[in-house]
Amino acid sequence: MSDKIPVTVLTGYLGAGKTTLLNRILSEPHGKKYAVIVNEFGEIGIDNDLIVGADEEIFEMNNGCICCTVRGDLVRIIDGLMRRKGKFDGIIVETTGLADPAPVAQTFFMDEEVGRKTKLDAVITVADAKWLRDRLKDAPEAKNQIAFADVILVNKTDLVSKDELEEVEGRIRAINPYAKLHRTERSNIALDQVLGRNAFDLDRILTIEPEFLGDEHDHHHDHDHHDHDHGHAHHHGPSGLKHYHDEEMQSLSLRTDKALDPDKFFPWVQDLVQTEGPQILRSKGILSFKGDAKRFVFQGVHMILDGDHQREWRADEKRESRIVFIGRNMPEDKIREGFARCVA
Amino acid sequence: MTDTANTPSIADRTHLIQSGSPVVGVHFLGDTAAFVLGEETLLLVPNQGEEQRVAVHGGGILASASAGDRIVTGGDDGKIAATAPDGTTEIIATDPKHRWIDHVAVGLDGTVAWSAGKQAFVRAPKGEIRTVEVPSTVGALAFAPKGFRLAIAHYNGVSLWFPNAAAKPEILEWKGSHLGARFSPDGKFLVTAMQEPTLHGWRIVDGKNMRMAGYAARVRSLDWSLGGKWLATGGSNQLILWPFAGKDGPMGKQPKLLAVMLARAEVVACHPKQDVVAVGYTDGLVLLVRIDDGAEILAKRPGDAPITALAWSEDGAILAWGTEDGAAGVLAL
Repeated sequence: MSDKIPVTVLTGYLGAGKTTLLNRILSEPHGKKYAVIVNEFGEIGIDNDLIVGADEEIFEMNNGCICCTVRGDLVRIIDGLMRRKGKFDGIIVETTGLADPAPVAQTFFMDEEVGRKTKLDAVITVADAKWLRDRLKDAPEAKNQIAFADVILVNKTDLVSKDELEEVEGRIRAINPYAKLHRTERSNIALDQVLGRNAFDLDRILTIEPEFLGDEHDHHHDHDHHDHDHGHAHHHGPSGLKHYHDEEMQSLSLRTDKALDPDKFFPWVQDLVQTEGPQILRSKGILSFKGDAKRFVFQGVHMILDGDHQREWRADEKRESRIVFIGRNMPEDKIREGFARCVA
Repeated sequence: MTDTANTPSIADRTHLIQSGSPVVGVHFLGDTAAFVLGEETLLLVPNQGEEQRVAVHGGGILASASAGDRIVTGGDDGKIAATAPDGTTEIIATDPKHRWIDHVAVGLDGTVAWSAGKQAFVRAPKGEIRTVEVPSTVGALAFAPKGFRLAIAHYNGVSLWFPNAAAKPEILEWKGSHLGARFSPDGKFLVTAMQEPTLHGWRIVDGKNMRMAGYAARVRSLDWSLGGKWLATGGSNQLILWPFAGKDGPMGKQPKLLAVMLARAEVVACHPKQDVVAVGYTDGLVLLVRIDDGAEILAKRPGDAPITALAWSEDGAILAWGTEDGAAGVLAL
């Protein structure tokens, strides 16, 4: 497990600052060496013999699932890179500005050899503070990249006013309240905030709570974003956070303190991702099953679910089940009702 | 399930070598075993005499094939090299953009083929380089046993290219990503290994499709038994042999299943003179399996990393194996 090479996926719309971040990762003195899979060779200003050009070839799997796509070129390139195992500490995949992150992520679950030798660390999305709002309106790719992210850099903050910044952060939160948000100028960020995040590691799913930027106080109340007022922005308590609702892409958070029946839950969730998989971009859950001393955790990308028992529930811990879906036009009532029926 | 503890063993006769780097392929040049290492180097181990390390590429070695008298390799340095048993190396070509050379293949007359991205190339001995572009990145290359024809596997099918003809390649279509390709020794069938755990086959004469499914994992190794009677494959916790003796190949027939283990059979190599298959497993085991009755002989005990390479010498007297962790062995039978 630990000797698997971590892979960081770098997304972001055209001009958001991906390449600047990449150059930063490659040039800062952190003592680590990264193999980099890029689409545009010329933009990397760093001499590195482990830079590989990719073609973003997206292949469908012959398993009857239209959303089960993989990046065929990644399967090939990672296989090739692993011949030089020991020459690098991690792999960074930079996608084009118009790329959907899902096929990249799914490659790590669908190809056994890739999954055996490498592990997906996190999806990092660089967002342009000035232009993201417009892109969310006209570019579905930009919305996918925000919805899919584990970490979002709200970049070029020096080019916008405080109000504009809060506005764009509100828009991001409306789509994905669970990603870690950072404000950056020229993609300037401490690299441990983007590398070695273990965002796809089941052992690291500790809590599922919305993340809020730079404001840790007074946020222990529930932030189920489907419950807030739809339509207009409103200021939210002392934090000054703006809240929006995105008509198309939302997160749906469900919880119950009643123990679940695994014989009901697994068929339900399998069926849900089979039928709604194309709409559900990411899912994550911590579950309390009846008569089970251990927490069960899972995470998913479209139709692919990955789950396992984690640690035992602690005595001082509230035994509740919590799941989150981020997706596009999800049938909220159907999902709520289905989940409610999984109670033991 | 076979328990190898009581299997007759010839493993003790093995000459062991620590290559120090993952073994990604092995071929024989006469009685010299040429181990292809993950990075830069070929390790030449003659039956008699000193072993020799030859630095061939400035980086990873991505593909290799034997031309009988030399080993052809493709590297991530964009070079295609040919190395003789005495260690002399000739650079056959260098990709002008230094792209990765993902695949190489050698035809019967020594013609070399390679691919970089969507482009496939051939160069006949003393001939000029010819090239063709296929719809997506090349997944595998294979020369037909007769005629100057190259199969180029890619997404959604295989292009059959006559490099000497001006015509566009003929495409055998089948949805999905094709990552390995082999013609049957009589040239009547072409089989590909797919991204999914399945094989696909075509009868060349009429393009009839054959689907060979039921694998646990992506099939990474296929080989034809003596005379092309069977197609031996890894990809499952047993040796799977598809019957290809009749004119319909395996259509409507069941495969033969031998040498069931807990670990997965990863690499197969058919003996050149007998109906025997060497099978390398993910737990480091190598078995020699007789096709007729499934009798097994242990050639390497389990332990170590997965077997990644297996080859027989042309006369079938020597078997060579290598592992993902760089262990290698030469076993004279």
